[in-house]
Amino acid sequence: MSAPPHGHDHDHDHQVVPSDPALRVKALESLLTEKGLVDPKALDALIDKYEREVGPRNGARVVARAWVDPAYKQRLFQDATAAIGELGYGGAQGEHMVVVENTPQVHNLIVCTLCSCYPWSVLGLPPAWYKSAPYRSRAVIDPRGVLREFGLQVADETEIRVWDSTAEIRYLVLPERPAGSESLDETQLAALVTRDAMVGVAKVALPSKGATP
Amino acid sequence: VNGVHDMGGMHGLGPIQYERNEPVFHAPWQGRAFALNLAAAAWRKWSLDAFRHQIELIPPADYLRMSYYEKWLTAVTERLVESGLVTRAEVESGKPAPGSLKATPPLTAAQVPAMLRSGALASRDVPATPHFHAGQRVRARNINPLGHTRLPRYARGKVGTVDRDHGVYVFPDAIAHGVEENPQHVYSVRFTARELWGDEWSNQASPRDAVYIDLWDDYLEAA
Repeated sequence: MSAPPHGHDHDHDHQVVPSDPALRVKALESLLTEKGLVDPKALDALIDKYEREVGPRNGARVVARAWVDPAYKQRLFQDATAAIGELGYGGAQGEHMVVVENTPQVHNLIVCTLCSCYPWSVLGLPPAWYKSAPYRSRAVIDPRGVLREFGLQVADETEIRVWDSTAEIRYLVLPERPAGSESLDETQLAALVTRDAMVGVAKVALPSKGATP
Repeated sequence: VNGVHDMGGMHGLGPIQYERNEPVFHAPWQGRAFALNLAAAAWRKWSLDAFRHQIELIPPADYLRMSYYEKWLTAVTERLVESGLVTRAEVESGKPAPGSLKATPPLTAAQVPAMLRSGALASRDVPATPHFHAGQRVRARNINPLGHTRLPRYARGKVGTVDRDHGVYVFPDAIAHGVEENPQHVYSVRFTARELWGDEWSNQASPRDAVYIDLWDDYLEAA
């Protein structure tokens, strides 16, 4: 679980602070371990789980299944928690799921204005931009402007529904299946589905047409 | 508390900074802070809403300056002290008080998969009368509690339509402060963009757009 090199050039999630949080967390972990309050191996296991196992590939499988199996899609809208559970996903921050469907008439966007609520069980831990003040403040008042920043121009006649995750219900967007994907099987479809599309800041595109970030 | 965490609708917080191929954690300490919080919460001395409220109590200027996991680290430290699991002196010295007993961690590595798989239900299987129903017009109450609430400021006093009833859930305004759960119905309420933001602001909220907010019975009144 060493940090891989990453060439980003902004400092939103690790800015300079008066007292180094890296030292503080090390001191706290050492204190809690000495007192028998936490097991450092449990911390390793938690980190490993979210770095290597629980991520947007889970949600992508849910989406692909819904695209190829109309009965599954119907179950997804009736009881998303149970339908997602059929594929083996659930639990922490996915206990109470609702799936909302993008269509040519409706585009859905997920946000948590009050903190950082996000469907961990199907998308993993949220990216920094989702937790950031700019996204949280603007998604509800200026969704079209936010989506333009993500390179997504939503037609004037399309309704935008923003879902503010103020309670313990966690939302997943079912994106539109891209035109021209008829010959792809479920696995190939899942490979097209991005995290951003399942939050509602992107559409799913065929690789030949040039995928959005 | 009317804190800076309640950001919906604020201006001036800048452009969204997107990072391609973002790692789950940007530095090892962030992963440790994340995991430490979950492992400490396994003592069940505080609720998720108590943890959220602790973050809300970070002074606004610090809240905006701190990175995400630094806020977590600050809040979990406060929760640990308040709950009596550690003392302030121990946090400051980094050493257990002389003669203190050694506990047994409630979460081991072997228990992690099962703990994450089961999660923690916020719903309650208890009878609670729903005060509203799908299709009904409701107004979000104008409340300004000093404690924890999940009714965002931008919705207060605004009129919307109940879209669906999610069922019965514990009430965050209560459990954040360690008092009885007060389980009640939660609804997804649809507010039109024009109702929330008016029709004259410079970016012109589309008459088609809407925000859906999950609200508890106690946040709502008939409209």
